[in-house]
Amino acid sequence: MQLSEIPLSGLWGEPHLLGLERLSSEQLTTVLDLAAHYDQITHGGTQRLDVLRGQVVANLFFENSTRTRTSFSLAARRLGADTVDFSASSSSLSKGETFIDTALTIEAMGVDLVVCRHRTPGAPHLLARHLKAGVLNAGDGTHEHPTQGLLDIYTIRRQRGRIAGLTVALVGDIRHSRVARSNIHGLVTLGARVIVCGPATLIPNDIARLGVEVAYNLDEILPEVDCVNLLRVQFERQRGAFFPSIAEYAHFYGMNGDRIRRAKDSLLVLAPGPINRGVELTPEVADGPHSAILNQVSNGLLIRMACLTLLTQERRKRQEARS
Amino acid sequence: MSTLLISGGRVIDPANNIDCIADVLIENSRIVAVTAGIAGRTQSAPGPGTIVIDATGRIVSPGFIDTHVSLREPGFEEDESTATGTAAALAGGFTAIAAMPDTNPVVDTRSAAEFIRLQADRARNCRVFALGAVTKESKGEELAEIGQLVEGGAVGFTDGRHAVANAEVMRRALEYTRMFDRPILHFAMVPELTDGGVMHEGFESTRLGLRGIPAAAQDIMTGRDIALAELTDGRVHLMSVTTRDSVDRIRAAQARGLKVTADVTPHHLLLTDALMDSFDTMFKCLPPLRSQDHIDALIAGLKDGTLSAISADHQPLAAEKKQVELDIAPFGISGLETLLPVCVKALIEPGHLTWPELIARLTTGPASILGLPLGTLSVGQLADITLIDPTEQWTVNASEFRSKSRNTPFDGQRFTGRVTTVIVDGEVRYRR
Repeated sequence: MQLSEIPLSGLWGEPHLLGLERLSSEQLTTVLDLAAHYDQITHGGTQRLDVLRGQVVANLFFENSTRTRTSFSLAARRLGADTVDFSASSSSLSKGETFIDTALTIEAMGVDLVVCRHRTPGAPHLLARHLKAGVLNAGDGTHEHPTQGLLDIYTIRRQRGRIAGLTVALVGDIRHSRVARSNIHGLVTLGARVIVCGPATLIPNDIARLGVEVAYNLDEILPEVDCVNLLRVQFERQRGAFFPSIAEYAHFYGMNGDRIRRAKDSLLVLAPGPINRGVELTPEVADGPHSAILNQVSNGLLIRMACLTLLTQERRKRQEARS
Repeated sequence: MSTLLISGGRVIDPANNIDCIADVLIENSRIVAVTAGIAGRTQSAPGPGTIVIDATGRIVSPGFIDTHVSLREPGFEEDESTATGTAAALAGGFTAIAAMPDTNPVVDTRSAAEFIRLQADRARNCRVFALGAVTKESKGEELAEIGQLVEGGAVGFTDGRHAVANAEVMRRALEYTRMFDRPILHFAMVPELTDGGVMHEGFESTRLGLRGIPAAAQDIMTGRDIALAELTDGRVHLMSVTTRDSVDRIRAAQARGLKVTADVTPHHLLLTDALMDSFDTMFKCLPPLRSQDHIDALIAGLKDGTLSAISADHQPLAAEKKQVELDIAPFGISGLETLLPVCVKALIEPGHLTWPELIARLTTGPASILGLPLGTLSVGQLADITLIDPTEQWTVNASEFRSKSRNTPFDGQRFTGRVTTVIVDGEVRYRR
């Protein structure tokens, strides 16, 4: 199957995917629909296509990540692209080479798309300004993680058939969470009611201006909620103590059997992971019938296939327009 | 005898409440006359060797004075040198600047202060006054040799962009400098609320996921400094005020008669934190760009004189230092060469300040803070004069900066108002 055979189901028009904040509901739906299409024609992503044959996708990971990098690599290979992996766990400066120089070096090897994970907000935006390649943000510090947001939304839409009108609670460390920001932008744009819930130290004051409601008491909001997304407590991003103890956090915000029983029967439990069992949720919930955690992982592959395809289509369109 | 006549310009001299078309006559580096009538006389009998500068359509202002400029020499010559920094100052209309002691080594000894003056003499651009460190190596622990620094020419004391966090040390410094009647220029930011931050804390930082620096970081330290000024009767000058609450506190302190002064930078008057969504390191400065409500308070403070000076807060940084990720990029803007046009856009064009008010904040205000006998066009004064074309439209081109560094958020932007000629000590040192 060629790239031209992949239907353009709707509006896209973006050469980079840096975040969900500026995407319209039509653009978001285009990604979700293409992911659903890939699900059908590849039987859940298990069959290979050659839609991106000849394309080179570079994974530039300046921050440790096994899950996202593996998912992107697999998505690129499932579509027939070649992949290059570059990992640097330490700061680019400590190597004596700037971040941009590193990226330019990789690009000079003939790379079409760069997937970038970096601990600094805006790092992929910096690359997009300096590189000719398309840039896909795979998580920039505490800013955005668009493919994670999309796969969470895709998972909800698959399970519940729609996004508009649903109430989704994002629970936990909102302040340091790029997943929270991407979820908020995508869900609000698609018409969901979004509640952010967590300790006050981890919810920035101005978050409501993004179109969400703020709650500090999970038990109060739980009966109204269709889906909870349990954000990981980001011990590595926290400076100093934002709450008194892990036990107190789990007591107020941990999803356990008791809380599940007080929620709607149809409650959907998501967690972007990696999960801290016993903190954000108990094993009973993680492995229970409400959990869609493993679906999220397989859906991530489909979403990333869709994003890589759309960026390549758009770039090809622009190349043809130029020549 | 050298004679210079600046004829037919709009002479604005806030110290003498002058704003009219007049001529300025300079003999042997001093102003000898400011009158509307000289031109007629000299035209009929121009003295031999008199140089006439036609200032028709220009504003004739006392030379600008900046209370804190980083010249980066010695130690950081990749960013700036005394020669390039003072050349940039001239191009920006400054005839006198006070040099930050944030060099390597820090200016915490008399010989270091004298080196600053020596290099300035060699460069022969604008006047340079040394600022000495408050504490040894600006570590905030032990007082530097303040008395000997005064003997070496230091006009004020500061630990640069490090706050003197220890209140006891600040108290002693305020008491000790009182003996010499020199101000302490303080960067009033609480380190614990500042460190690790990248931008103003508010909706924009929440949206962008960038670590914020709350306004309270400046408000708290400003409040502490005012309390210490009251306790010690010392002179505190607060550099780069950026918050509404700080302006209110300073206004109240001045009303009580405390020796508290403050300045503001042009970029904090024109740019908001919303610009950080470009993730461009050129907007990264400290204190950070704030939101519009803070800007409104700063403008009100400038208008009523609470903020009596505008400083470029010149912080030149080599290109490679800014071409990195936002969190590791250093704070700072190279501001000398864009100060005037940015002030015109932020203050004159919207009608917030008149030209005499703006010029006062660039001349008499800073001169009074540092206790310098400069900043006026009074007869008998040293002839430090800046000519401005208030209508020239131009586009900032950072590659043409005289500063060694080009870290400006204004590159490529169009402005109105430009410095055309700068006279220092009766000598034309800059002309475009």
